[in-house]
Amino acid sequence: MSAVLQDPALMEVNPPLVRSTNYHDLTEQISAIVEGDVIKTPTKYWITLGVTASITGLLGAMLGYLLVTGIGVWGNNRPVGWAWDITNFVFWIGIGHAGTLISAILFLFRQKWRTSINRSAEAMTLFAVMCAGIFPLFHTGRPWRAYWLFPIPNTDLNLWQNFRSPLIWDVFAVSTYFTVSALFWFTGLVPDLATLRDRSTTRVKQVVFGLLSLGWRGSARHWNNYEKAYLILAAISTPLVLSVHSIVSFDFATSVVPGWHTTIFPPYFVAGAIFSGFACVMTLLLIARWTLNLQNLITMKHLENMNKIILVTGSVVSYAYACEFFIAWYSGNIYERFTFWNRAFGPYWWAAWSMYTCNLIIPQLYWFKKMRNNLWVMFIISITTNIGMWFERFVIIATSLTRDFLPSSWGYFHPTYVDMCTFAGTIGLFLTLFLVFARFLPMIAISEVKGVLAVEKHTFKGEEVATR
Amino acid sequence: MSSSQTPSLITIQTQNVTGKKYWRSLNQLADTPEFQEWVHREFPANASEMLDGNSRRTVLKLMAASFGLAGLTACRRPVEHILPNAMGTEAENYAPGEPFFYSTVMSQSGHVTGLMVETHDGRPTKIEGNPDHPHSLGAATAFQQASVLGVYDPDRSAKVLNGGKEAKWPDLVAAIAKLALGDGAGLRFLSGFVSSPTLASLRADALKKYPKAKWVEYEALSRDNELAGAQLAFGQPLYAHPKWDKAKIVVALDHDFLGLDAPSPFFTRAFTKRRRVESEEDLEKMNRLYAVESQFSLTGANADHRLRMKGSDVRQFAADLANAVGAVSGLNVVGNGGADKRAKFLAAVVKDLKAAGAEALVVAGPRQPASVHALAAAINEKLGSTCVTYTKPVIDKSNSGVEALKALAGEMSGGQVSTLVILGGNPAYTAPADTQFSVALSKVAVSLHLGQEVDETAAGATWHIPEAHMLESWGDEATSEGLAAIQQPMIEPMHGGKTAAEVASWITAGRFTKSHDLVKNYWLAQFTGNKKEEMWRKALHDGVVAASKTTDPVKVTVDTRKLAAALTATTAAEAKPAASGIEVGFYPSSSTWDGRFANNGWLQETPDPISKLVWGNAAMVSPKTARDQKLTDGDVVTLSRGNVKVEAAVMVQPGHADDAVSVALGYGREKCGRAGKGVGFNANLIRTSDGFYFGQGFALAITGKRETLATTQERGAGDTQNGRPLVREGTAEEYKKNPKFVEEMSEVPEIHSIYPEFSYAQGNQWGMAIDLTACTGCNACVVACVAENNTPVVGKDQVLRGREMHWIRMDRYYTGDENDPQVVEQPIPCMQCENAPCENVCPVQATTHSPEGLNDMAYNRCVGTRYCANNCPFKVRHFNFLNYHKNEPEVQGLVYNPDVSVRMRGVMEKCTYCVQRIEETKIKAKRDGRREIKDGEIKTACQQTCPAEAIVFGNINDPNSRVSKLKKQERNYAMLAELGIKPRTTYLAKLRNPNPELTV
Repeated sequence: MSAVLQDPALMEVNPPLVRSTNYHDLTEQISAIVEGDVIKTPTKYWITLGVTASITGLLGAMLGYLLVTGIGVWGNNRPVGWAWDITNFVFWIGIGHAGTLISAILFLFRQKWRTSINRSAEAMTLFAVMCAGIFPLFHTGRPWRAYWLFPIPNTDLNLWQNFRSPLIWDVFAVSTYFTVSALFWFTGLVPDLATLRDRSTTRVKQVVFGLLSLGWRGSARHWNNYEKAYLILAAISTPLVLSVHSIVSFDFATSVVPGWHTTIFPPYFVAGAIFSGFACVMTLLLIARWTLNLQNLITMKHLENMNKIILVTGSVVSYAYACEFFIAWYSGNIYERFTFWNRAFGPYWWAAWSMYTCNLIIPQLYWFKKMRNNLWVMFIISITTNIGMWFERFVIIATSLTRDFLPSSWGYFHPTYVDMCTFAGTIGLFLTLFLVFARFLPMIAISEVKGVLAVEKHTFKGEEVATR
Repeated sequence: MSSSQTPSLITIQTQNVTGKKYWRSLNQLADTPEFQEWVHREFPANASEMLDGNSRRTVLKLMAASFGLAGLTACRRPVEHILPNAMGTEAENYAPGEPFFYSTVMSQSGHVTGLMVETHDGRPTKIEGNPDHPHSLGAATAFQQASVLGVYDPDRSAKVLNGGKEAKWPDLVAAIAKLALGDGAGLRFLSGFVSSPTLASLRADALKKYPKAKWVEYEALSRDNELAGAQLAFGQPLYAHPKWDKAKIVVALDHDFLGLDAPSPFFTRAFTKRRRVESEEDLEKMNRLYAVESQFSLTGANADHRLRMKGSDVRQFAADLANAVGAVSGLNVVGNGGADKRAKFLAAVVKDLKAAGAEALVVAGPRQPASVHALAAAINEKLGSTCVTYTKPVIDKSNSGVEALKALAGEMSGGQVSTLVILGGNPAYTAPADTQFSVALSKVAVSLHLGQEVDETAAGATWHIPEAHMLESWGDEATSEGLAAIQQPMIEPMHGGKTAAEVASWITAGRFTKSHDLVKNYWLAQFTGNKKEEMWRKALHDGVVAASKTTDPVKVTVDTRKLAAALTATTAAEAKPAASGIEVGFYPSSSTWDGRFANNGWLQETPDPISKLVWGNAAMVSPKTARDQKLTDGDVVTLSRGNVKVEAAVMVQPGHADDAVSVALGYGREKCGRAGKGVGFNANLIRTSDGFYFGQGFALAITGKRETLATTQERGAGDTQNGRPLVREGTAEEYKKNPKFVEEMSEVPEIHSIYPEFSYAQGNQWGMAIDLTACTGCNACVVACVAENNTPVVGKDQVLRGREMHWIRMDRYYTGDENDPQVVEQPIPCMQCENAPCENVCPVQATTHSPEGLNDMAYNRCVGTRYCANNCPFKVRHFNFLNYHKNEPEVQGLVYNPDVSVRMRGVMEKCTYCVQRIEETKIKAKRDGRREIKDGEIKTACQQTCPAEAIVFGNINDPNSRVSKLKKQERNYAMLAELGIKPRTTYLAKLRNPNPELTV
């Protein structure tokens, strides 16, 4: 660990991570957004929020329609029992991954550059998991019975769940993940909430922030407990980063469906999740950076580091694609071979090639430093990556299910408008939640960034390292 | 407590009121003794009798009695005595909830099959074949299975109509009484194929009373050509009775005897007797089937060799064959001795037929003209075949067929008909276009139409009378050999419908007689001896009239010289100049027959066995014709000739004859109920009496419009097996050489499980074996399953989304060249895998394994994640995507089997090996004080109805059970066993018996 810490390349000491004159200015800059006194919240914000909230309303309408009519309002059919519902579920869960990775793993690895982005990444995680959670609930034929998936007394029979079913593992994995992520996020927020409480000008704010900041006074003991708690939570979260998407991938990997039944899925899914999660963080940060003038706090250094991670995880995903094809051929299994041939050249070729283009080809641009530092390039790639990753899940689900063992039961999936509006609705919900968060809570962890400011003063200068 | 001690509210109000007095009636105000008495009686608390112990008992008695009476009036049990079968005398002690089985009989365009109907508390729910009836042998076809739904058809005719307006029964009675028929000069009867001896005798009565009247029989799909062929060959009309089980070589000349040309199960039963391979002896005896046809039929699919040609070319082929075997000389022969496919085929057929001799059988289909039937007879005779006998019709058929109908229509248009009595059927729809039947009908002063539907004919007739459904009415039907069976009602006519016999006797006798009396009196008159009543009861119980005259086969010989002369003479008439253009062939529909089942949702949703088309028909063309004409599936074309024209959607049918179009009749109904209205196109619009089965010289033009055709199997990629060993097929020769070839088609690795394997060594272990060699793909099992298990009908839109619900389906794959493919059919029920992939993925344990090896489904536990369906390699799990019972008319709910729950939306459903039947039998066995279930005691619905006896279910733990024995066959294989799932349903590989000379 120490060797890693002392590696100057990883320490990221030069150029400075964030540019802010002093602690006060930093506090002012972040708090002003939340307080909305000095810098008035622009009308554009409210318009945008109105639009996204309307889309969220559409989600509600679609789910209501689904509830009263049945799953038949979606395009799901036989053989495609799962389609956009589970595609969207995996997509949103995947997006959530970056948050935990940034807050937990990068924290444990002392990656100081995470401080400017971890708060929003964690918030994004929570919102994405909320969006994800909608699908497993509403994709059941009888959502009013979905609580039977939880180990709580149910029916007169009081039957247990089937612990052999990966769907039950999913229930546990996702709910654990959400709980821990929420705790982690909230713990990190406490010092900042206290700052806001101290700056509150109205009674309401005082009470609300006062309650939320749990009596934080910034004493050394508080800081000591806080750091310990944060470290423990980081340690708990770290396996979750790997476990959640591994377990989600078990939904597929433990089945017998060719194209699903493969041992490569857990690492492949985790890498894909981090890939899409970082891309999503990137999209949101770039927008926040522009609109909220956070260039000094979210610097090119942050962005470039994230691009590097996108490149790495994208390459892992690409490797997984190649590996799947190789194994399909190498296994000699006619069903496997057909599935992968069909994936690339069957009726869903367009989806598969969209995915290869977005996930495999486009991120290769990041081999070039120029590209990693070009804001427009990274904005576009962050979008294409998520398009690609959505297609990845769709391709895995749809191509495998539409053409499995018996050609007699082959089919095709046509989404309905309800499918589309429901997915759009979750995007609306996600953006709404994020907009609300960006306006009413400190988007950047004030206390943590202050720590980085301090670090700058007490670390080796580049030349010192060189002469040692 | 008594009224004097406890003043009631009423008495307080009326007697002890202080302050202002409010009154509700003048009586109350006056407080008359009458009012007090009324109050006393009106309110139970005050009613004096209620307080008396004895009286309370009386009240309870009265209530019980009135409830009983209420039940009695609601119960539609027929007043007449009908006798249950199958459960023997035991069943005469009625126990609520216990089903009754009654024997009855059904006729479909001259094909008569004895049936057994399951009734629950007075309502028929399920049709089975009658094992004692020789044309059923316990099996039933898809049509027969589905006809029970017709009883509960919400759109059935329920009211007498006069000029299309609702009328009353007395009006009709008056109208019939007013008919001035005289000597019957203006009286005509029009009925379908008369197979009822009672109706035939009533016809004789009618024609006796009205000597100038005529009675015409017309069926859109008839056996008239068969009779005409015998007339041509033998000089008298005879029915041919092929002995399929005796034939070693069968040549079917456009005869779909395994499918729609023989809607009676015994054809298939007899054929598969010599098809089944369960021993080496069987292998030697295995028959060989050659099929010559245009449209791909089930017979073509099951044939060892199939030669495709236009329907009109079959005649020439028959002539060539007759010439080659030396049956008839002096015929115009073409195409013998060449090197093309047809010549080779012909040569091989001739050689095989000659070698088979007495075991050779050539049959001609009902579409083929008389000459082909005559030629087939001549060939059989020449070969010395003992595989066919002929009998005289027991019921006269002299005024039957399309020509008779045409003549009738002519008379109607000419004003010679003043009274037309249409006894069932829908001639306005089924009549050929050139007869202009609807127009002719409008010229008739009084036309009475008896029909189950308010259909096209009902709309044109002056009077419409609701007809009773077969399961509501007394009747009798005789097979073509003359064996009669009594049709028993299961339920009183729900809409007061009448039968053809009732109406015929009404017209003749001038008064109404109940069909029960008509039928019983007829048969009591036929019976001899002094135990007539017992004979009648026995006939009801057995489902066959033992005393009915089964005509003996007649010994006839073909006068070949006369035949040759006649053939040359008829050549000109029958073989129209093969004008340029397309030939259109008219075929029965596997769903609607001739349109009579159009409003039957079960049948509409049953896929065509070959094309897999549901909810509609199509103009079937060969791939080559489609390429030539630049057509693809769903292109709408016009088919026209002269002044007839129809628009039809095209479907490309591999293996179809080139330059020919095949269309199914029975669609495009305009006046029909909710299920059948506007489904498909009406082929009768281009069917003319001169091109009744094949119309030549049609022009085909693309309209540019498109129509979506719903199939249950994906067109294209899903039509073939993609090189997978799913349906395993070989030849008898291969099997002889290497009996292990089936097993060698896939490698099944050993299972290494981290869980201990569950032992299924104890008790009953249910399993199934399906013999693909025997299975013809007729769909009877599919409909039987629907009827037994209450699976919903979902409609075309849902089928297009792939949401059909059949628990057992028929998979069809093509092999070989698209121009001349072979077809294999494979019924797919649940495999009841021992290591079921569906079970471990269910998060709520809604699907689990029973100790008897069943993959059970607890509907009320299912939350509907659909994970099980995804993980089912056979895709036999069906999800209720919507509430498929939402818009169901209440009356239709009566058809449901009360032993099986109807599933709600959002739950998964699947085949359970008819677990309700298993449990019922187990309970019965327990009641009898035994633990063992006898082999064959439990039959799944699909097994019971299978005409080919291809499905065998039983206890695989019992080494002597039939299913265990079949599973020991070397042909036995489990589909996708390589997944380690251990399916309980296994298949016996399909064997064909091709002629080595044609396979090289």
